[in-house]
Amino acid sequence: MKIAIASGKGGTGKTTLSTNLASYLSQNTQVVLTDLDVEEPNSGLFLSGEIINKEDKFKMIPEWIEDKCNGCGICQNACKFNAVLQFGDFISVLPELCHSCYACSELCPTDALPMIPKKMGELTHKKLGNLSLIESRLSIGEEQAVPLIKQTNKYVNKNLSAAKIQIFDSPPGTSCPVIEATKNVDFVILITEPTPFGLHDLKLAVDTMREMKKDFAVVINRFGIGNDEVIDYCNNNGIEIIAKFPNDRRVAELYSKGELLYLQIPEFARELEKVKNYIYNLIEEFE
Amino acid sequence: MKEIVVISGKGGTGKTSITASFAYLAGNDVLVADCDVDAADLHLLLKPDFAKEEDFYSGLIAEIDQKYCTNCGRCANVCRFDAIPFKNNHFEVDSIDCEGCAYCAKVCPTSAIELKAAYSGKWFTSTTRLNSPMIHARLGIGSDNSGKLVTKVKNEAKILAESISKSYILIDGSPGIGCPVVSSLSGANFVLLITEPSISGIHDLKRVYDLVKSFKIKAGCIINKFDINKNGTDEILEFLKKENIEHIASIPYNENFTKAMTNAQTIVEYDKGELTEILTNSWEKIKRIIA
Ligand code: SF4
Ligand code: SF4
Ligand code: SF4
Ligand code: SF4
Repeated sequence: MKIAIASGKGGTGKTTLSTNLASYLSQNTQVVLTDLDVEEPNSGLFLSGEIINKEDKFKMIPEWIEDKCNGCGICQNACKFNAVLQFGDFISVLPELCHSCYACSELCPTDALPMIPKKMGELTHKKLGNLSLIESRLSIGEEQAVPLIKQTNKYVNKNLSAAKIQIFDSPPGTSCPVIEATKNVDFVILITEPTPFGLHDLKLAVDTMREMKKDFAVVINRFGIGNDEVIDYCNNNGIEIIAKFPNDRRVAELYSKGELLYLQIPEFARELEKVKNYIYNLIEEFE
Repeated sequence: MKEIVVISGKGGTGKTSITASFAYLAGNDVLVADCDVDAADLHLLLKPDFAKEEDFYSGLIAEIDQKYCTNCGRCANVCRFDAIPFKNNHFEVDSIDCEGCAYCAKVCPTSAIELKAAYSGKWFTSTTRLNSPMIHARLGIGSDNSGKLVTKVKNEAKILAESISKSYILIDGSPGIGCPVVSSLSGANFVLLITEPSISGIHDLKRVYDLVKSFKIKAGCIINKFDINKNGTDEILEFLKKENIEHIASIPYNENFTKAMTNAQTIVEYDKGELTEILTNSWEKIKRIIA
């Protein structure tokens, strides 16, 4: 069962929920937590563990071989991302702009632009009892998250598909990276706060999930602050609320030190149990 | 004219609430721009009137004209993004997967593929309830060009601010370290980093500052909820000193942040105590630094 944890914007408790939930579930079964928020992966700050693998991740970019080039300019013309530029007899490639579409390389009549790997980030695989943690980190200056998200998903499929529960910490927002992170999961849990910002961002996330035809439900974080609008919105739109994590200064304090919350705050553990039961029901329906 | 960008790396640190407060404090002398186009929230506090709305197109998207298609499959073969599945006996472009590279069109023997401008969102020119001009935007679902939309918002903000001679452009920046935040930072005079003393807050502050450094922009920092983790705050202060980042203020944990938001007000309108005092001093300090 693949479950993504997502939210319309960052800072609503996405990582708190994913790390606590993954750790909690791993008391009973094999769990993989994959942090797909590759620009700011933070799961590893809350879950330690033994590093069992580390690998560089690459994207393919063209490399110009001057001796083979006849200066025809087909490559510059083919690239819609302005990543290949021709100055007289000289071809220059801008790796950050390249989307690895291979057009320049394969359309070049003289094979002067072979595709070569360039590092775009790093994947770390940790293990902590029943829990495997996969975290990918985009290199500074790399602008595209999607290729790294794809490769990270591939790694999980190849090495960890046997785990009963796979949790994906999705990047925030509604743009391409979120779509990439959630498109292959079976279910999405949206997390939000009961505030005007939270409601607005939840609506965007719901629109995105509906557009993608994904099944989803909502978890409310910092319940007790703000107002009832999020709950009213969910009720009026037939959206199930699985759990309500209480607002508590202790949560902010423990979180700030990178500690797991369910071990120290009983109300938090109680709500987490609801999420666990919900997931087990989903698994039953699913099988 | 001075451009001030407020960023945070990590979400949920109070970036938008603080930006809105500065917009209030700056009164008549500011143009506000919301570059957090992926999850724009500033308008919930400043209530702009959405007076002018324009579609934003950026990048391309492929479309197959079935009249000319012979089902040869060459397009699907070259597409590196698996964006041309064969479904119901014909090839069709999946608009979410298509990156607009146009390779398919180059190899199609019957010229059945056309590349069209891709819709990626809307941008607005408004007046806020505080009577300041505001440029903001909404990214289309699944769009991959948030960086370009951010650049659009910034450029339009600049043009407008110049034409009506405002002293400050105040920008609610994008989260993360990717393309949109790079676009938010370019050309700024001052960047204000909002952080909190949590391990993820500190981690993201350092990561996003690496990026700021490469732009050589003068930076300042506000530590929000400084009292939830004293060691964390000390670590941040040390980092600021080492990197020569101006420490603008430390704000205590205070639920008025959320209460102001629930009231659709800026903090300085809602709070009659320490928060308003700290933010007012912060804004004065920033003005002095960039003067
Ligand atoms: S397409 Fe190949 S041969 Fe033509 S200019 Fe580019 S690199 Fe040179
Ligand atoms: S592979 Fe595609 S995106 Fe990259 S440089 Fe070549 S044409 Fe441009
Ligand atoms: S290459 Fe052109 S003709 Fe061939 S399947 Fe694709 S669209 Fe149809
Ligand atoms: S434009 Fe590029 S990404 Fe889009 S369908 Fe054609 S080959 Fe695939």
